[in-house]
Amino acid sequence: MTAAPSPEVLRAPLVVEFPFTRSLGPVQSAFLTGLRERTVLGVRTGDGTVLVPPVEYDPATADEIRDLVEVAPTGTVTTWAWEASPRRGQPLTTPFAWVLVKLDGADTALLHVLDAPGPGAVHSGQRVRIRWAAERTGAITDIACFEPYESEGDGDGGSGAAPGTAAPAHSGLFDDLVTGITAPARLDYVYSPGRAQSDYINALADRKTVGERCPSCAKVYVPPRGACPTCGVATTDRVEVGPAGTLTTYCIVNIKARGLDIEVPYVYGHIALDGAGLALHGRIGGIPYDQVRMGLRVEPVWTEGARFPDHYRPTGEPDADYDTYKELI
Amino acid sequence: MRDIAIVAFAQSDHLRRTDECSEVEMVMPVLHSVLAQTGLKTSDIGFTCSGSSDYLAGRAFSFTMTLDGVGAWPPISESHVEMDGAWALYEAWVKLLTGEADTALVYSYGKSSPGSVRDVLTRQLDPYYVAPLWPDSVALAALQAQALIDAGETDEPALAGVATRSRGDAADNPHAQLPGARPQGDYLVRPLRTGDCPPIGDGAVAVVLAAGDRARDLCERPAWIRGMDHRIEAHSLGVRDLTDSPSARLAAERAGAFERPVDTAELHAPFTSQEVVLRKALRLGDDVRVNPSGGALAANPVMAAGLIRLGEAAARIQRGESDRALAHATSGPCLQQNLVAVLEGEAQ
Ligand SMILES: [Zn+2]
Repeated sequence: MTAAPSPEVLRAPLVVEFPFTRSLGPVQSAFLTGLRERTVLGVRTGDGTVLVPPVEYDPATADEIRDLVEVAPTGTVTTWAWEASPRRGQPLTTPFAWVLVKLDGADTALLHVLDAPGPGAVHSGQRVRIRWAAERTGAITDIACFEPYESEGDGDGGSGAAPGTAAPAHSGLFDDLVTGITAPARLDYVYSPGRAQSDYINALADRKTVGERCPSCAKVYVPPRGACPTCGVATTDRVEVGPAGTLTTYCIVNIKARGLDIEVPYVYGHIALDGAGLALHGRIGGIPYDQVRMGLRVEPVWTEGARFPDHYRPTGEPDADYDTYKELI
Repeated sequence: MRDIAIVAFAQSDHLRRTDECSEVEMVMPVLHSVLAQTGLKTSDIGFTCSGSSDYLAGRAFSFTMTLDGVGAWPPISESHVEMDGAWALYEAWVKLLTGEADTALVYSYGKSSPGSVRDVLTRQLDPYYVAPLWPDSVALAALQAQALIDAGETDEPALAGVATRSRGDAADNPHAQLPGARPQGDYLVRPLRTGDCPPIGDGAVAVVLAAGDRARDLCERPAWIRGMDHRIEAHSLGVRDLTDSPSARLAAERAGAFERPVDTAELHAPFTSQEVVLRKALRLGDDVRVNPSGGALAANPVMAAGLIRLGEAAARIQRGESDRALAHATSGPCLQQNLVAVLEGEAQ
């Protein structure tokens, strides 16, 4: 037993990335389809408030709301913030303003971005209009951004409500309604497993398996996570276990996993390495699957350059007595 | 209703990164501290509740790892919220109110260092209309700050004053990540400068709750929870008045905060501008000591910073420095969700 050495803590990139596929209700479907067709829809609540972007339930009363109206592609900035260093995924790659825009005919504001040359060119109360994306699919990004729009009253407001007039009703019907969106999400991490697990992984590089002993109950955890889950205390005493161990229980795998290069049937088991207080798992090889048994003595088989044992094979020793491993199953 | 109090509080040192610690390694010292303060063993705890976020860790069910730190065998009565630990405390409080437990261990932790917390927090936004634009937490707070400036509620020098006061107070807080006043710095997202924003860091917190005489046994001056409530506002930022926080006001009213004045307020305001909103919404006069710990501007371990506010307020009562304190926690963009607790010490 030795005190844990000063750790070389491991770090590795971890990317979590997946496309969220979401279905749309009738109101969101109409709104996003409308954007594809360069039409901005809102929804009118029971008290006549027009919400843009629209939702299916009144945020004040929770009443279901379905009365769609068309608002203008022009509007007024209600508040803004200057983003000098755009981040990945944001609508513009050059510095821009985040804006909340109350579109003409709407009573609430839409969050988006404003293309402007600098913060001096942005202010609350500013008139803006939508710049549509060249390719539109039925997503909030069909609005490429907003742009300053100073030419009032030239009739270029498009359809929808002009300032000061009520927004006209809209059926929400379009050909080929968008009924779902796929929203890709990617987050980048640098994962560090902490001291105990770094020690374990670093030792494996030398083909050694190390656990940690609980100072309270003396159980040896492998792989160690730094804490005894029974006693709730730190496990700091490092203990080398194995290399041989006892197969405590196992199963026979008959279905080939995608991308797995192992012929079925094969055996997957729990292996209590000598000196360990609990079993870890691994594949059992070097023996026909139907001859594998509880109590089988096994040892790790390392392949060149691997950072963990490829599988465990019989040592040829006599089987362990059940009483010696029954607590570890 | 039963009387329930916070009887112990511990927090980690809050650091920019803690690569050498797994979550459980970070949490264990604070768990051991609150147990040592009360003399309780894990087997004495009636209910355990934690708060954290898988999105910070980048792993599913990440909180299960920290259960190793509470001694979860033999089986314990346990729950978890994917929220700041203040909401875990709320759940534990309700559990104690039902009489099903007399003591509760509440903890939470957050490691922002493995990822980019500004990007991570975009994933809590409306997935249809907002998240695809990736507006980060600073940008959304900046929209709120500009709205306040436009409304004449504050200006940049006043915001800088909040930052200076908070970090100056944090000089007395040995756990703070940014102790002592420092320059406001450049704009991060205008009108917010670096100094208006919280540090990004890792940290953990734990408290123990106890009911009635049990609390008196465990603590010389328990911080009695006189009321607690939490409220939420509309998801869409454009529906809300960003210069106000009606949900914080309603939570405070339901928690009884307005029945008598408080002398201390620990506000979970990660951005200077949010303190302006909360002071108004919670009707805090200039005579109320706000964030003597330094607040979230001095240390903002995401998922722990709200529970730390409750712990700091309780510790002040236990030390006899406050008789009636308001503690506040927030979650979501621009103070979307707010929790308010009113804590009191018995006459000294
Ligand atoms: Zn133990």
